[in-house]
Amino acid sequence: MSDSTAIANGAPEAHGITHGHGEHPSYQRHHFESVAQQADATNFAMWLFLLTEIMFFGGLFTAYLIYRNWYYPAFVAASHQLNVWWGTANTGVLISSSFTMAMGVWCAETRRKSGLVLCLVLTFLLGLVFLGIKTIEYSEKIEKHHVPGFHYSVQAFTNPASDPDTYKEYKDQPMPLDMARHTEIYFFLYFAMTGMHALHMIIGIAILGFMILKARTGAYTGGHVTFVENFGLYWHFVDIIWIFLFPLLYLISRHQ
Amino acid sequence: MSSTIVSLPDQSTARIPKTNFITKENGLLSWLLTGDHKRIAILYLISITFFFFIGGALAGLIRLELLTPQSDLMATDTYNKVFTMHGVVMIFLFLVPSVPATLGNFLIPIMLGAKDLALPKINLLSWYLYVVGGILVLYTMISGGVDTGWTFTTPLSTHYVNTNVMSTGLAVFIAGFSSIFTGLNFIVTIHKMRCPGMTWFRMPLFVWSHYAASILMVLGTPVLAIAIVLVALERTVGIGVFDPTKGGDPLLFQHLFWFYSHPAVYIMILPGMGVISEVISTFSRKRVFGYTAVAFSSVAIAVFGFFVWAHHMFIMGISNYAMLVFSLLTMLVAVPSAIKIFNWTFTLYKGSITFETPMLYAFGFMGLFTIGGLTGVFLGTSGTDIHLTETYFIVAHFHFVMVGGMLMAFLSGIHFWWPKITGRMYPEKISQLAAVVTFIGFNFTFFPQFILGTLGMPRRYAAYPPEFQVLNVFSTAGASILGVGYLLPILYLTWSLKYGEIAGNNPWQATGLEWQIQSPPLTENFTVTPIMDHEAYDYEWLENEKAKEVASVG
Repeated sequence: MSDSTAIANGAPEAHGITHGHGEHPSYQRHHFESVAQQADATNFAMWLFLLTEIMFFGGLFTAYLIYRNWYYPAFVAASHQLNVWWGTANTGVLISSSFTMAMGVWCAETRRKSGLVLCLVLTFLLGLVFLGIKTIEYSEKIEKHHVPGFHYSVQAFTNPASDPDTYKEYKDQPMPLDMARHTEIYFFLYFAMTGMHALHMIIGIAILGFMILKARTGAYTGGHVTFVENFGLYWHFVDIIWIFLFPLLYLISRHQ
Repeated sequence: MSSTIVSLPDQSTARIPKTNFITKENGLLSWLLTGDHKRIAILYLISITFFFFIGGALAGLIRLELLTPQSDLMATDTYNKVFTMHGVVMIFLFLVPSVPATLGNFLIPIMLGAKDLALPKINLLSWYLYVVGGILVLYTMISGGVDTGWTFTTPLSTHYVNTNVMSTGLAVFIAGFSSIFTGLNFIVTIHKMRCPGMTWFRMPLFVWSHYAASILMVLGTPVLAIAIVLVALERTVGIGVFDPTKGGDPLLFQHLFWFYSHPAVYIMILPGMGVISEVISTFSRKRVFGYTAVAFSSVAIAVFGFFVWAHHMFIMGISNYAMLVFSLLTMLVAVPSAIKIFNWTFTLYKGSITFETPMLYAFGFMGLFTIGGLTGVFLGTSGTDIHLTETYFIVAHFHFVMVGGMLMAFLSGIHFWWPKITGRMYPEKISQLAAVVTFIGFNFTFFPQFILGTLGMPRRYAAYPPEFQVLNVFSTAGASILGVGYLLPILYLTWSLKYGEIAGNNPWQATGLEWQIQSPPLTENFTVTPIMDHEAYDYEWLENEKAKEVASVG
C-alpha cells in the first residue's frame, strides 16, 4: 500500500485486526477484518484480472508473431497503409490520458474533490479523442476496401501506383498476388487487435462517465479510493496494450 | 474393534441449529441476490446437477445407439450432435465447475478461517454467467444442436457445418468467464483472507489443489475465449485467420484451443485430488504423508500442465521435434500425479482405516485415476499415440480420468461434506452400495473401450463393424449400471434433507476448521475470528480439544 493510501485511510482502524461492527467505516464490507485488508484484496484481484487480460490479448499477439514471420513482405506493405502520424498522435493522446488518470488517483488519495473531477473529465475527453482518431483511420480502411472479409481488395499491393498517396511516400514494389493476398491477414490482425483495444477503451470511458458523476458527490474523496485506484490500473493497462500495438502495427519497416 | 469413526450426537436431543446460513433469510430473492459463498455454492450445486443429468441422458443415448453395429436409433448427424452436446455439457457445465464452484466455494473461506470469499459479488456474478452459458447451451440443443465435437475443430466449425456453432461458442465464452471469476476469487481469497496463524503450509491440501486449479483457470481460460472469438469472426466475417485459402492456419486454432483445453483437464482433476487428500486423511486418522510434496505436486501439475498441449496434435502435422519435446513434457506430468498417488497410499499405511462412503469413492478414485493416468502415458508416447488417438482407447482414457477420477472425487466430497452443508447425515448403507455400484458400472462401461480402441474402433461414429458388438454391448450394459449408481445418490441425498440423522458439528472427527463450527454453518461462518495454532491434519490437537471440551462441560 502506498504512503498516500495510508494518509487517505488515516483512521486507526486501517491497521487494526479485530473490531466490533460499530467502528467500521461504511465502505468496509462485512467480511473483511479491516479496510487495509479490503483494499489489499481488491487491488490484488485487479492485478489478477489484468493478468487474464494479458492472456486474452496474448492469443492475438501469438497469431501476429506467427503470421508476421511467414508473410513479412505483406505485413510491411500493408503497414504502409496506416498513417503513422495519426498513430503517433493517438499514442500521445493515450499517454496524456494516463497522466491525467494518475493525477486523478493522486487527487482521490489526497482528497481533492474538484481536482479529481477535473482529472477524470480530462481522461474522459482524451479517451474520446483517441476513439475519434481511430474512427478516422477505420473509415479510411473502409474506403480503400481494406477490411478483411468485406470485399477485400489487394489492388494497392499488386499495383502500388494505383494508390498514389502511399506510393509517393514508400515507393513499394508490386507484390505477386500470392503474397499480396496475405495483407488480408495483416488487416485482420490490425482490426482484431485495435478493435479489441478500442472495445476496452469504450468500456473504460463508460466507467469513467459513471465515476465522474460519483466523484462530484464526493464518493471517492472520503478515504475510500480503491475503486479509483483499480480503475487507474485498468486504464494504464489499456494504455500499455496500445504501446505494444503501435510499433507492431505501424512501425514494422521503420528500422530499415 | 470399531469399524467406524462416526460420532453422532444423541439423536433424541440433537437439533439443527436454529440460526444458520439456510434459515437466516427466506424467499427466492434472498437466494438470487445473496453474497454468501455457501448459498452460491448451493445454487451451483443445483445447477450443475441439472446439467449433469442432461449430459448423462445424452451419454445414455450414445450408448444406446452403439448397442448395435448399424446406425439405427438415430441418424448419423443426430449422433454427431448428441456426442457434441454430451461433451460440451459435461465439460463446460459440469466438470469444470463441479468441485471448485460447489465444494470449493463452500469450504475454502471456512478452511481459511474467513467470513466469505474476497469478492462475494463477483462470486454471484460468476454463477449468473454460468446460468446464461447454460441457457445458451439449452437453446442450442432445442434449436437443432451443434455437431463439431466439443473441440470446435477448424475448418469444420468455421467453414463446413451449418449448425449452431455461434450460440455454443458464445455459451462456452460466457461460461469461461464464470470460471475465470471463480479462479480469481479463490486466488485472492487464499492470498489475502487467511486467518491469523494460517500460514501457507497450514492450509488443508484441498485449498492447495484449488489454488493450483485457479492458476490454470485464470491463465488458461482467456486464451480459450480469444480462440472462440476468432472462430466466431472467421465464421461470420471470414477474416481468414484459420483459413488456408487466405494464408491462415487451422493449426493455430488447435494451439490456442489446447493451450486452454489441456490445462482444463487439470482444472477438472486438481480440485478432485484436493477432496481425496481430505478424505484419505480423515478416514485413516493420519496426517497426509508428505504434506509439502502433495501441496507442491498440485502446483507442479499446474505449471507442467501449461507445456504439454501439443500432445493433442501429434497426428495434425506438427514437427517431429515438437513431438519429441511435448512427449517428454507430457510424461513429466506423470511425476507429480504419481507423487500424489504414492503419498495417499503411504497415508493409508498403518492408518486406522474405516470404510465410510466417501472413503469408498476415494478408493475408486485412486484405482481408476491410476489406470486413466497410466494410459495417458501410452497416449503421450508419440509412437503409440498415432495408433491409438481418435479411437475408443482415448475415449476410455479420458473417461477413466474424468468420470472414474473426477466424478468419483466429486461424489466422495459431496458425501463427506454433506453433513456440514445440510446438517444431516446421508444413509450410510445404501450410499456404500451406490459407491460400489458406481465402481462396477464404471468398469463395465469403460474397460471394454480400451480393448475396442486397441482393436481399432474409431471414436465419433454412429456405426461400427459387427465384430465389435460384444464389447459394445458390455459397455452399454455397464452404462445402465452406472446410471443406477448416479441416480441412487440423488434419491437418498434428497431423502436425507428431511429424514437424515442430525449430524452435529463433527461427525467424522476430522481436523479441518470447517468441522469445528456448527452444521450448517452460520452466514458469517465463525462467531470469532479463529486463530490457527496447529498444523493441518493434526489429530492429536483434535483429541486435546475434545478432552478440554469434556472437562469444561463436566
